[in-house]
Amino acid sequence: MIDLIAGIFVLSGATFCLIAAIGMVRFPDLYVRMHAATKAGTLGVGLALMAVVVFGAVSGDLGTVLRALAALLFVLLTAPIGAHLLARAAYATGVEMWHKSEVDDLRGKYDFSRDVLIGDGGATDEASEDRS
Amino acid sequence: MKAFALNIVVALVWASTIGPFTPGNVLAGFLIGYFVLWLLRKQLKTRYTSRAFQMLKLILLFLYELWLSAFRVAIDVLSPRMTFRPGIVGLPLASDDDVQITVLANLITLTPGTLSMDVSTDKSVLYVHAMRADDPEGLKQSIKSGFEAQIKEALD
Repeated sequence: MIDLIAGIFVLSGATFCLIAAIGMVRFPDLYVRMHAATKAGTLGVGLALMAVVVFGAVSGDLGTVLRALAALLFVLLTAPIGAHLLARAAYATGVEMWHKSEVDDLRGKYDFSRDVLIGDGGATDEASEDRS
Repeated sequence: MKAFALNIVVALVWASTIGPFTPGNVLAGFLIGYFVLWLLRKQLKTRYTSRAFQMLKLILLFLYELWLSAFRVAIDVLSPRMTFRPGIVGLPLASDDDVQITVLANLITLTPGTLSMDVSTDKSVLYVHAMRADDPEGLKQSIKSGFEAQIKEALD
């Protein structure tokens, strides 16, 4: 019975990882690809780790359960940060967005001479007018 | 934070006095400690119990949204035509607290159709890449009333 439950977790996790991989190939630009990598990828890894948690819990191995839960926590914490860094670096170095993209609120908001990203705030208004 | 430490102490004391020091007994001690702290919330002047509850609600909402987002992305990956119209949307932030912005940005990345890209230097705008950006205002509203409100309740 436990083999079956853990097996379902592992299989569905692997399926999501496969979908994430297909998405990396099929999606049109880097930014959309990050969606596939972070969401489907994270859930895939999470489900595989849940299988470890189920196995450890049934065999009474608390150490394994805690380590799997810690791994899960770290994946959930680091995946968004990695995606943020990659997307930011790509945008900063001028990677083009897909031609069917609708809006781009980030256009002209980076000011690398001062190492500043402009928001909607008052003090930086002048700078955004300068650039546009 | 003090109340949380107290809760942990109660859990450990309970587990070591009542019976074998097992995870189950620690958990039982934690729940009892939580209940006692809830009874004494007025005397101790702590908002710990309600905030812990909000935190739990936030975690459950997050897991549900992560589950949902993976399915949405899977549908987009496997559908033969790319019907989505992506874009980058600037989301005005209500709070300038680093922890709250970090939590919000992380949650946004792992929820359906959105991925946080950068925060403006003055912490007023969070730039989000959205899978479907045909309705930027609706997107902003749904994040504002959903996650941002919940995070404020749990962490503010």
